[in-house]
Amino acid sequence: MSELRLVDVGLAYGSRTALAGIDVTVAGGERVAVLGPNGAGKSSLLRCITGVLPVSRGMVLLDGTPLGELGRETIARRIAVVPQQVDLPFAIRVEEVVALGRIPHERAFRGPGARDREIVSEAIQRVGLDSFVGRDARELSLGERQLVLIAMAVAQQARLLLLDEPTVHLDLRHQVRVMDLLTDLNEREGLTILAVLHDLALAAHYFPRALLLDAGRLVADGGPAQVLAPDRVRATFGVDAAVWMGGARTGV
Amino acid sequence: MRVGVAPGRPALGDLAHTATPSWRRPAVVAGVGVIALAVSLLAGIAFGSVSIPLGDTVAILAHRLLGWPVAVTWPASSETIILELRLPRVLMAMFAGGGLAVAGATMQGVLRNPLADPYVLGTASGAALGASLAVLVPIQLGVLGLGLTQLLAFIGAVVAVALVWRLSRASRLGSLTGLLLTGYAVGSLLAAGLAMAMVLSGAQLRQIVFFLLGSLATATWQQVAVAAPLITVGVAVLAWRARALDALMLGDETAAHLGLAVARERVILLACAALVTAAAVATCGLIGFVGLVVPHMVRLVVGPAARPLLPLAAIFGAAFLALADLLARLPGELPVGIVTAVIGAPFFLLILRHVRTGYEL
Repeated sequence: MSELRLVDVGLAYGSRTALAGIDVTVAGGERVAVLGPNGAGKSSLLRCITGVLPVSRGMVLLDGTPLGELGRETIARRIAVVPQQVDLPFAIRVEEVVALGRIPHERAFRGPGARDREIVSEAIQRVGLDSFVGRDARELSLGERQLVLIAMAVAQQARLLLLDEPTVHLDLRHQVRVMDLLTDLNEREGLTILAVLHDLALAAHYFPRALLLDAGRLVADGGPAQVLAPDRVRATFGVDAAVWMGGARTGV
Repeated sequence: MRVGVAPGRPALGDLAHTATPSWRRPAVVAGVGVIALAVSLLAGIAFGSVSIPLGDTVAILAHRLLGWPVAVTWPASSETIILELRLPRVLMAMFAGGGLAVAGATMQGVLRNPLADPYVLGTASGAALGASLAVLVPIQLGVLGLGLTQLLAFIGAVVAVALVWRLSRASRLGSLTGLLLTGYAVGSLLAAGLAMAMVLSGAQLRQIVFFLLGSLATATWQQVAVAAPLITVGVAVLAWRARALDALMLGDETAAHLGLAVARERVILLACAALVTAAAVATCGLIGFVGLVVPHMVRLVVGPAARPLLPLAAIFGAAFLALADLLARLPGELPVGIVTAVIGAPFFLLILRHVRTGYEL
């Protein structure tokens, strides 16, 4: 099972410190929300975990191996990242976007095989995009496009799924759909999920564990009720707010 | 394929046939392309200012190239025209056209810009400046059967791209924007040099203009022998890196998340595209349109995935330029660049009119 460990991770852009002293372990099959105000270092943290940004201090371990010892392709087979949005330069069908998730598994010259096509079909079905097959991904709504990108990540067949604000531009219906899907992928297929979220209520409702970042430091790690206690929210976000924790998990 | 069937909607397996043709159709499209290629090859050899009966053409090819025992009933001049003039010319057109189309598809993908063409990073202006200098310098020099014009054009194209690449790395803009704007700036500078050379050229201006408009009239076997391997190697490497081109469509960061060493792959792709372009431009001059539009035409049919796109762009680019060259020489040696634009642009507009959603034709 995928296990992710960050040991004293620090990241500096020039003289500016983006992350400092981050110690976190995420066990395989966990579902973790990464929270914090703008500029807290949430996206930087994701980039360090995938190795796109090399850490300035400490190390990131994937299944016990330092990230630096793994090639990009090996990392891509273990970590799939759902980007916020992708600006596609050419018209491209939904299933062609999803098929790009197979890139880390492909060999040069050999196109996608029957097995790859099957995996792509399954990912499309898993995310519920059957009726979008054949359509230009650029003509879909933001919410639908987010689902396409999730399907691409599912086709990548990595055990660890990272998402950077997957619901940020979405209406309520799509927010719930994305969250239900992530929960389902986590509970049924055992994918480890780490998602940067802005919506604290959504995080509290759907995630059993949350990390709270503030100014590049990890200020809280635990259950949402504990991490999002009113005084902590006030200290971190500078607003008086109570995050609503109640309610049954329902689809809209 | 394990798929559920929703009522009233075909299963995904069937959709793969109807709405998802991208896994199937490239073979059909390639078949059409190969036929077009064969037709343009034969037509390019058979037709010209001197009329040679089609039967003689086929017989000469069969006799001399395939070694078939055919009775020689044609004049020796026919043989010379076909084997020494038309065949190298048609082959040169095919290599240049295919190469430019593949280079254009690559530039568009790497720069994530549908308006990019093979010349966008300075190859055209570099080659043009090199060629015009060769026209000005009164030295006759030949290497490998290439004249000074071809040599300097090739060097100019390669140096221009290298310069653009080097300068763009100092840019603080995003790497792609920096690259495009640097290409534009360097291109403008070289164009100024070209304009100066044209002013100074006096009676030789015609030669420079000839180069700028592109022509295959001077194609020789030696040129084919030098340019074809360069183009073939460049195209083969690009086809080998097809999935890198696919990943880059999604942007640098997502490409890295898909396992790509982004910086390295971009250098490989741009270098190969530049090499192919330089080889084509040095031998044929600046032939526009092929590298911009053929990739789009192919994308409209089979989608943007590089694995069908690059080989199909090569096939159709080759056929297109061979036919354009034929049309250019029938009325008596027009510059082929004029023909590619005059024939190609309306055809492209026609296709665009019939594109309803996305690239569905």
